[in-house]
Amino acid sequence: MIDQFPALQIMVPLVAAPICVMIRNPRWSWVCAMVASTLAFLISIILLQQVMANGVIRYAVGGWAAPSGIEYYIDAMNAAVLVLVSGISAVVLVYAYRSVAKSVPAEKHYLFYTAWLMCVCGLLGIVITGDAFNVFVFLEISSLSMYTLISFGQDRRALTASFRYLVLGSVGASFILIGIGFLYAATGTLNMTDLAARIPDSESQRAVLVAFSFLTMGVLIKSAVFPLHAWLPNAYTFAPVAVTAFLAGTATKVSLYVLLRFFFSVFGKDYSFGQHLLNGVLLPAAVAGFVLMSLVAIFQNDLRRMLAYSSVAQVGYIVAGFSLATQSGLTAGIVHVVNHGMVKASLFMAVGCILYRVGHVHTPSLDNLMKRMPFTCVAFIISGMGLIGVPLTVGFVSKFTLIEASLEKGWWAIAALVLLSSLMAIVYVGRVIEIMVFRRSRETGPESSGMCEAPLSMLVPLYVLVGVSLYFGINGSATLEVAGRAASFLLGGLQ
Amino acid sequence: MNPLWTLVPPLAVIPFILFFGEKRKNLREGSIIIAGLVLLLINNGIYTDVMAGIPVESGELALLADFSLKLSAEPMGVVFGLLASFLWVVTTVYSIGYMRGHHEINQTRFYVCFAIALAAVMGAAYADNLLTLFVAYEVITISTYPLVTHAGGDGARKAGRIYLGILMGTSIGFLLPAIIWVAAAAGTLDFVPGGVLADAGIGKGAMAVLLALFLFGIAKAGIMPFHRWLPAAMVAPTPVSALLHAVAVVKTGVFSVLKIVTYTFGIDTVTVTGAAHWLLPVAAFTVLAASIVAFTKDNLKARLAYSTISQLSYILLAALLATVMSVSGGVLHIVMHAFGKITLFFCAGAIMVALHKSEISKMNGIGRRMPLTMGAFFIGAISIIGLPPTGGSWSKLLIAGGSLDSGTIIWVSVLMLSTLLNIAYLLPIPLRAFLRPDPDLQPGETATWQEAPYACLWAIALTATSCVLLFLYPRPLTELIGLIQWR
Amino acid sequence: MSQLIGLYSYWIVIVLMMAGLYIMIARYNLVKKIIGLSLFQTSIFYLYITMSKVDGGTAPILVDDADYVYSNPLPHVLILTAIVVGVATSAVALALIVRIYESFGTIEEDELKSIEAAEPDA
Repeated sequence: MIDQFPALQIMVPLVAAPICVMIRNPRWSWVCAMVASTLAFLISIILLQQVMANGVIRYAVGGWAAPSGIEYYIDAMNAAVLVLVSGISAVVLVYAYRSVAKSVPAEKHYLFYTAWLMCVCGLLGIVITGDAFNVFVFLEISSLSMYTLISFGQDRRALTASFRYLVLGSVGASFILIGIGFLYAATGTLNMTDLAARIPDSESQRAVLVAFSFLTMGVLIKSAVFPLHAWLPNAYTFAPVAVTAFLAGTATKVSLYVLLRFFFSVFGKDYSFGQHLLNGVLLPAAVAGFVLMSLVAIFQNDLRRMLAYSSVAQVGYIVAGFSLATQSGLTAGIVHVVNHGMVKASLFMAVGCILYRVGHVHTPSLDNLMKRMPFTCVAFIISGMGLIGVPLTVGFVSKFTLIEASLEKGWWAIAALVLLSSLMAIVYVGRVIEIMVFRRSRETGPESSGMCEAPLSMLVPLYVLVGVSLYFGINGSATLEVAGRAASFLLGGLQ
Repeated sequence: MNPLWTLVPPLAVIPFILFFGEKRKNLREGSIIIAGLVLLLINNGIYTDVMAGIPVESGELALLADFSLKLSAEPMGVVFGLLASFLWVVTTVYSIGYMRGHHEINQTRFYVCFAIALAAVMGAAYADNLLTLFVAYEVITISTYPLVTHAGGDGARKAGRIYLGILMGTSIGFLLPAIIWVAAAAGTLDFVPGGVLADAGIGKGAMAVLLALFLFGIAKAGIMPFHRWLPAAMVAPTPVSALLHAVAVVKTGVFSVLKIVTYTFGIDTVTVTGAAHWLLPVAAFTVLAASIVAFTKDNLKARLAYSTISQLSYILLAALLATVMSVSGGVLHIVMHAFGKITLFFCAGAIMVALHKSEISKMNGIGRRMPLTMGAFFIGAISIIGLPPTGGSWSKLLIAGGSLDSGTIIWVSVLMLSTLLNIAYLLPIPLRAFLRPDPDLQPGETATWQEAPYACLWAIALTATSCVLLFLYPRPLTELIGLIQWR
Repeated sequence: MSQLIGLYSYWIVIVLMMAGLYIMIARYNLVKKIIGLSLFQTSIFYLYITMSKVDGGTAPILVDDADYVYSNPLPHVLILTAIVVGVATSAVALALIVRIYESFGTIEEDELKSIEAAEPDA
């Protein structure tokens, strides 16, 4: 049984999705999605434990051994991402029940949960697989369901946001497809382990280079690295807020995982960062991303849009960590993938609670919200501090390691710019907190008096995430150890 | 005694504060005073342990892979811990009178933030390494921010923005990179007697830059040009200004600088590399400029705030001179200035509560209505100036003596000039209160006593007496400071 | 020269791909954008098929002939999957366009943009 867990990780949500369609009842389809998601989460935790204890797990799908068959390949790196994705999915699903009930018509609920499960299945598939073409297939499964999920948004601009994401996302996925094609042409294999072994000896290095460039472009679009982030702000702003919380925590993170897998495991560190332009392209893009996007976030009046721009900035930190291409830099990047996933998901969940009760998230008119929704506000403040990187939050752990890593490499300017953009984070988060807590309402209408907290089924998952992120903020060495293990795996190549 | 215990009373009292709330004020404030006394006992326990040479340390919590949170007690920290916990009790007594007399809003939030800040101050006092110190430093900033914006008006929010902006900005912009730099260069963040940077391979110029990053990064120490937050914070209720902005927050700043100079750089490293050379004038400038600005302020709390900035830079000057005598003087001055300045702030608050006056120009003749308060003000002022028979004279003497070791008389003359300025801006206030005629009185009418609530008076009497006692019995303190391991 | 003509299949791929990309960028009509996207994807299918072609090869059927020349079957299989993905993408896109038309009354990108710009934030 336990041998089959890698397959079950994908199969559980994949099978649950059509069951959801058949159920059609809003409540029971939610239950179905919830059960599948929880199972997936449990499986991923067991897988992580196994990997940490016994090392890499390889699973031949359908009994066809690699390299001819498709292989699932799990090491410390993707086991951690599996836990992140399925965990956030499970937590946000609890939260989604009330949130979605309010914003999506009841007759479409079963479709919503179906799309959700497909999205989870796709994301988990991208992470778990050891086959390059399989990455593309799962990427498209997750993307198509993501477009659908985004279009469930209440505002009609959700439709155009979803469409624009679809066009850009499809181009990105197509680029990945081209890249994989050239890799196959150059090496004759699709298995990542095989690819890693054959790429250095391939006769047609030019084809490898072309594949490398196409893959890079494709993945950068999917992970919304500045300046290829155009799809993200609108998609995050207008999607149902539960979807945004889920996507912000997982979707770009999974794309970043693909980036890592290809740059470090398949092509190898020396190829990606040694002889090629990546040093000159990736790092400047990442740095410009976190500085400019933090700046843009300051001027946003819609809370969701502010957080969306901040997400692009955070992706910048992560990519900056990756592009240092050292043990500590990679550790910083990976740990920020997990940490930011938790922080941003909980921030968007808090925003959803506000949206649920207040009906809008226009920052300047959220005055004195602390009196009305104290628990939501406290959760927002704690997570907001995590975004800034205040000590004892997860943000501090990742920023400290990132700065240390860049100093270790002697890149002073990067460290300075990370700090600069943290200062901007103080401004944009601080501004919201100041309005929420300290500004007295201008008008004292009936709605502005008395407490009206969000329902418990939304607050509990929110606080679960906040609690987990606080725990990892205080006991940062726990995540750092996994991330460090993953980083050394990546730098050491596939075994 | 495990120094972790010092975190317990301030944190444990929070549920009680929330539980009792506005409705049962006596119980709420009673519980805080009990917590304060317990904390004082714990600190006293640590003091006896340290005097007896028993090592006092806590377990570790690995916050980052190689660096962890840890508390341990050394003499400098014990001085600071004792000071803060003693004054917490006194300030709570005082604020009972003040907050009720002044009908402040959100008192429960006020006391909760206060307690968190105090727990963080304990964390800073007993920090075993730079990381712990930084964490405590940031927690203090964040937990005192709601106290500054307490009133909630536009002015308070603006002040809060300046407060948070400068303190967070400098700590993340300068202090954090400095700490990470130390981590990268020395491989450790621990506080070690003699410092960790001597053999870390940092050049002379880089050492000066690093020291500057620390000095400007710790804006709580109020060095110019990052001093603006302190006058801005004066919009807070007076007990906050008294404890936090005369003692806890600002003293955490100078305490951090002293500790970093002693245990991270090592005083020998600072003198050998000459890292402090170009920073000394900055501190000296702050001493003088802040005194001059204080001179121009008519609002009493603003004048006291600038006086604090000037006094803090005495300690910074002492730290930067980096001789055994001057740094000892700096540590001593933390205590002496705290008692003097808190007395002054208490008096300012008492005047506000009893007579609703905050401008110095309107304080003519109030000495006859509030003789006890103004008498205490006089003692506090003398202690700040540094005249016997008050404690301030000892620390000023030590700092002046230490600065003579540096071989020039520039720094001594700066100190003396500033003493003259102190006299000029502090003494006229009690003189005006006692000697000038009261404009509100008809000729021939005698003034009636209009003192502040008893709780306030008790607190004022206690701190003013302490100023004198510290002059007469500085022994326990100086013995403790004598235990500091310099190398 | 012979190489240029010999690789004509790849030239077709390039022309199709660029045409698709151009349509996606230059046309404001959303349906036309999707036509461009499909063209773009089709060119990739063509690329895969071209790669797998072996001169003189036929279908890969197991026979007892050592000299039997056959084309690489794997890319064909991959492309079957990719075609399905492409169709699904077009379906979702067209469904979205229908919804956009229902709620905005237009499917012209520039008009959509001006409508959206007029709507308030949050």
